[in-house]
Amino acid sequence: MPFVTWLKRRLVVIAGLLTLAYLLLPNVIVTVFSFNKPKGRFNYEWQQFSLDAWKQPCGVADMCGSLSISLQIAVWATIGATLLGTMIAFALVRYRFRARGAVNSLIFLPMAMPEVVMAASLLTLFLNMGAQLGFLTILIAHIMFCLSFVVTAVKARVMSMDPRLEEAARDLYAGPVQTFLRVTLPIAAPGIAAGALLSFALSFDDFIITNFNAGSTVTFPMFVWGSAQRGTPVQINVIGTAMFLVAVLFVLTSMVISNRRNKQKA
Amino acid sequence: MTTPDNSGDVRLSGISKTYDNGFTAVQPLDLTVPQGSFFALLGASGCGKTTTLRMIAGLEEPSSGTVRLGDQDVTHLPPYKRPVNTVFQSYALFPHLDIFENVAFGLRRRGIKSVKKQVEEMLELVQLGEQARKKPHQLSGGQQQRVAVARALINHPKVLLLDEPLGALDLKLRRQMQLELKRIQTEVGITFVHVTHDQEEAMTMADTVAVMNAGRVEQLGSPSDLYENPQTTFVANFLGTSNLIEAEVDTKNGDDIVLKAGGGKLVLPEARCSAPTTAGGKVLVGIRPEKISLTHADDAGEIPAGRNRLTGRIADASFIGVSTQYVIDSPVCDELSVYVQNVERDGRLVPGAEVVLHWSPAHTFGLDAAQDIDAGTEEEAAA
Repeated sequence: MPFVTWLKRRLVVIAGLLTLAYLLLPNVIVTVFSFNKPKGRFNYEWQQFSLDAWKQPCGVADMCGSLSISLQIAVWATIGATLLGTMIAFALVRYRFRARGAVNSLIFLPMAMPEVVMAASLLTLFLNMGAQLGFLTILIAHIMFCLSFVVTAVKARVMSMDPRLEEAARDLYAGPVQTFLRVTLPIAAPGIAAGALLSFALSFDDFIITNFNAGSTVTFPMFVWGSAQRGTPVQINVIGTAMFLVAVLFVLTSMVISNRRNKQKA
Repeated sequence: MTTPDNSGDVRLSGISKTYDNGFTAVQPLDLTVPQGSFFALLGASGCGKTTTLRMIAGLEEPSSGTVRLGDQDVTHLPPYKRPVNTVFQSYALFPHLDIFENVAFGLRRRGIKSVKKQVEEMLELVQLGEQARKKPHQLSGGQQQRVAVARALINHPKVLLLDEPLGALDLKLRRQMQLELKRIQTEVGITFVHVTHDQEEAMTMADTVAVMNAGRVEQLGSPSDLYENPQTTFVANFLGTSNLIEAEVDTKNGDDIVLKAGGGKLVLPEARCSAPTTAGGKVLVGIRPEKISLTHADDAGEIPAGRNRLTGRIADASFIGVSTQYVIDSPVCDELSVYVQNVERDGRLVPGAEVVLHWSPAHTFGLDAAQDIDAGTEEEAAA
């Protein structure tokens, strides 16, 4: 039974590889089809290799405009949600105030609420307030649903932080501002970074809430959805692949930097 | 004539701490720690010793009273403006900074630019020169402890506060660090205020020990003074072991008090009795276990006259190397402990044997019988 023994020894590796394949296969398809030259308007069948789409990523009308809007919204939503969420997280962990328990649970509501319901309710709210739908309403909505994620990520980090560290800083001649900048913030940073990254990703590809509250503004996910009715340009795959590559590069760079730092120290 | 430098004196007058929830951690207390001394606050957990320390550090605002360092009133100064540094329980090293930056932290915050030489010297002093670029989690407990001491001492504080600094170390390392800290204190001459629940640690290291209980200082003195002349049952039981026997005042005989316990009489020097001694009143007679000698009942005639004596039966004997610890049931008191050095052991002293316990009256101390006789014992602490 050499085969069975071989399988037993490598079962974990095989399971791991299969799971990875399951995760990454869609990305591979996106990438491969970004080099396709489709016959019709739909990029669903492999025809032949071509660099056309990569040479003209903005060759499709309105696509790059929508991409730019999406990126702007994602950046502002990330900044807004991270700032507010971090402050909320600190308040919830550090201070005892009335209704703290209630606030703690209410923070989770946006995560639990079906997105489409929230989208519709937000629209009702904006319409009743007489707000002009567009960039600003999208941004407000995005900050709102990103907040819960930032609060959750930062709270976990702040909760596990030893309060004695800040006392030690104050004891060692650091005033309140210095204590926050030199000790509190660096230690909470991984949680804040996780919240920020999550916010960016969530905001960038949100479709449902955006679609309800966008007015005439078109974000990238809305553009893809709209064009899918009439035909899918290869450029969509190009943008997808590019985003994927940027993310991978980002992760690799941070890994290299932290590796180097550790080597210097050893 | 030069006036003695008293800038490292710590003077607490009437300070107390009551938390918002109504719990009073420290009752109004006065305490003076002289410049350059090694002072220990000793007590069980929750007795207010750490709160007292934190009020000196400025991490806790006193509900009343004042904290003075030398002639300066620092009661309302924030911690970062006090010339005082703390070695925290579990060290509180900054996890995101390496050892060098941890030690340099205080200097940098005070705007000192060239810290390299000082930090390196300080790391040499605590024998951690090689580890400068490591992160705290890469060091062992003993090394982290030394980083914490270096990080505080590099600032040349007037007073160094130590909050159970050795609590996380194993026994052997703890003994070693006790001597090390004592050496450093003698070398730098800074006032050390050390908080601990370990009575042996307090007695080994400190010049003066304040025993705290329920937010109050029970007794203050040198380790030997506290051990030999406890003023309360709490101190008698918390520092080492004491045998406390209830007795009734019979007569006075010169400087001695004669007491009735059971059928016999015990003699107690009046100077060593902290309780009122009116005839007929109750007193607790205390005697340390190692001060008692055991003689088999058959040889009772050989005991010199003038010694206090009690009869009893050995209930238990445990051999622990340097000594044997006996538990003896006596008509006047159950479970008396007696420690006998293992020199010329009498083979007849086994459980069940009838014995006479005897000791010099000079080793006897007297306490007020109105107190809880079990205060400060381990059983009480565990409850």
